[in-house]
Amino acid sequence: MQFDQILQYVLSGLSTGAIYALIGIGFSIIYNATGIINFAQGEFVMLGGLLTLSCLELLKLPLWAAIPCAIAVSTVVGILFERLAIRPLKQPTPINLVIITIGGSILIRGLAMLVWGKDTHAIPPFSGDTPIAIGGATILPQHLWILAITLIIILINKVYFYHTISGKAMRACSYNRRAAGLVGIDVRRMVLFSFIISSAMGAVAGIIVAPLTMIAYDVGVMLGLKGFCAAIIGGMSSGVSTVIGGLILGVLESLGAGLISSGYKDAIAFIILLLILFIRPQGLFGKADSERV
Amino acid sequence: MNFKVIHFIIAAVSLLFSANAFAAAPIKIGALFAVTGPAAFLGEPERNSAKMVIDEINKAGGVKGRKLELVVYDTAGDATKAVQLATKLIKDDKVVAIIGPSTTGETMAVIPVAEKEQIPLISCSAGSKITDPVKKWVFKTAQNDALAVGRIYEFLQKTKQTNVSILTVSDGFGASGREQLKNQAAKYGITIVSDDTYGPKDTDMTAQLTKIRGTHAQAIICWGTNPGPAVVAKNVRQLGIKTPLFMSHGVSSKKFIELAGEAAEGVRLPSGKVLVCDLLPNSESQKKSLMLFVKDYQKHYKAEGDHFGGHAWDAVMLLRNAIEQGADTPVAIRDQLEKTKNFCGIGGTFTYSPQDHAGLGKDAFVLVEIKNKDWVVVK
Repeated sequence: MQFDQILQYVLSGLSTGAIYALIGIGFSIIYNATGIINFAQGEFVMLGGLLTLSCLELLKLPLWAAIPCAIAVSTVVGILFERLAIRPLKQPTPINLVIITIGGSILIRGLAMLVWGKDTHAIPPFSGDTPIAIGGATILPQHLWILAITLIIILINKVYFYHTISGKAMRACSYNRRAAGLVGIDVRRMVLFSFIISSAMGAVAGIIVAPLTMIAYDVGVMLGLKGFCAAIIGGMSSGVSTVIGGLILGVLESLGAGLISSGYKDAIAFIILLLILFIRPQGLFGKADSERV
Repeated sequence: MNFKVIHFIIAAVSLLFSANAFAAAPIKIGALFAVTGPAAFLGEPERNSAKMVIDEINKAGGVKGRKLELVVYDTAGDATKAVQLATKLIKDDKVVAIIGPSTTGETMAVIPVAEKEQIPLISCSAGSKITDPVKKWVFKTAQNDALAVGRIYEFLQKTKQTNVSILTVSDGFGASGREQLKNQAAKYGITIVSDDTYGPKDTDMTAQLTKIRGTHAQAIICWGTNPGPAVVAKNVRQLGIKTPLFMSHGVSSKKFIELAGEAAEGVRLPSGKVLVCDLLPNSESQKKSLMLFVKDYQKHYKAEGDHFGGHAWDAVMLLRNAIEQGADTPVAIRDQLEKTKNFCGIGGTFTYSPQDHAGLGKDAFVLVEIKNKDWVVVK
């Protein structure tokens, strides 16, 4: 029985952790391209879920069509956000930018509240909700979707950053913006790209969790913070270490809730965040002066 | 001499006019509801219902020839704001009584203001501590959590399912429910075998439920408001837990069934009677009020009235009855409210007394089960 329990905690933790990882990567991509922490990242998660809901219920689209639609619209919101709020800034100091993203997140949340109301909404799971038994533990088909989609997105990211011109250009920006500009890379375009990628990824995360966790205008806050934790644990890398950071966070939360006390679940995440920031600000796996890609 | 007469006439005439103006002046009632923010699911139907009853009363000619005027402010579920707005209602709007606030936290914050300014407050929130101990100026219409807990425990005792696991949300509602669940357990011979909580924004409770699965609980009681309990219901199904699941009255709305979907089937919960009003026998004393409320709500808002709105309906009707007895000052209204006897409202049958400002008995709740996406009364 004890082993079953641990297995269940770990499996639950991994699937929640995969979501944190996806959101965390969104944070790191923008951070690496622009040097800012985009606190509106969680809102794209919310938008992804709620837009899918609208596509399903108002436009009566089938699920396979609703998902790309929702991702596309969220991406457009991401582009608008970059164009209207980030780019026009005269003095783009990090603190100004961070405050703007917080303001942006409140604005997006407020608009979402007006459009979709304050209720929580449910989205049907992609492939039924018959539990699957693994050992003594059970997971839902949706959990497999989450793990698979996270894996695919990480692979696509890898290919993009290492094997395409614009991916390499974006990495160059993250090493040294000025040098990248001098060799002819359009840094501002890379910033726009980073917003496109991370808003689309946020939307994907929102869509794949919505059937499990349900969706409301205000889910972005907590998920955003957890994603931020994952990114910090991973040292703000847009690769595997953030993913591992997310999974560690998910599993620790789940084990903590099960074995110690459920009251401390969120506290665990934030204690880890503080510890990492104090002791290893470069992330769990980073060297003191690491490359951030 | 002449001047004096003119003065006198002017004074007399103006007095006459102002007296007339006073007689026609509406009676102002204040209301504080959390129309936006996290408790909007309470505040919105409450505001709608309060406006609706006041409209209906005024359409029928008001109370004793005087119209009622409702001044509503939105507290956004924020206790600090609630206190400021309560002061504003009393000092600026000069209301004779206040309805609300929507949540226990806000109510506790507003109570000292109402007590100090001596304005009757009829709260629409459920926490037992609002009227226990009794406060001179504070009444409430929402059913105590204690009554809801009692309803569930009574059933468990009858069916001999005495080992229970409790899973409560870590906010005011959950904390109050948890306290009641623990306090009343002994009285009904119930043993609490595990006691867990979850955060109001948590999206996965499998960890807590896995722990509960490891115990020998015969029933799981989850205490929270949407969306948490829907996640719990889904997780219970995912983990294949066969233990009967009980919920609080906090989710007694169609929204819960919509959110939890299939997983809602078989869940039992105590609920105000408004949910199942058409299933009640005609002999039921509350039936007339319930049907009226549901019909009016449907007419005004094209939506189903729920028991949250019912709390505001009850509060306005209690005030109306007090005013009808001739009370139009805060002091008189308070005294009349305290004399309320057998008022059949939405939340239950109210009988206030100097020792009891909550006014309801255990019959305010019925135990319902979700079957085929609808409610069935558990006998």
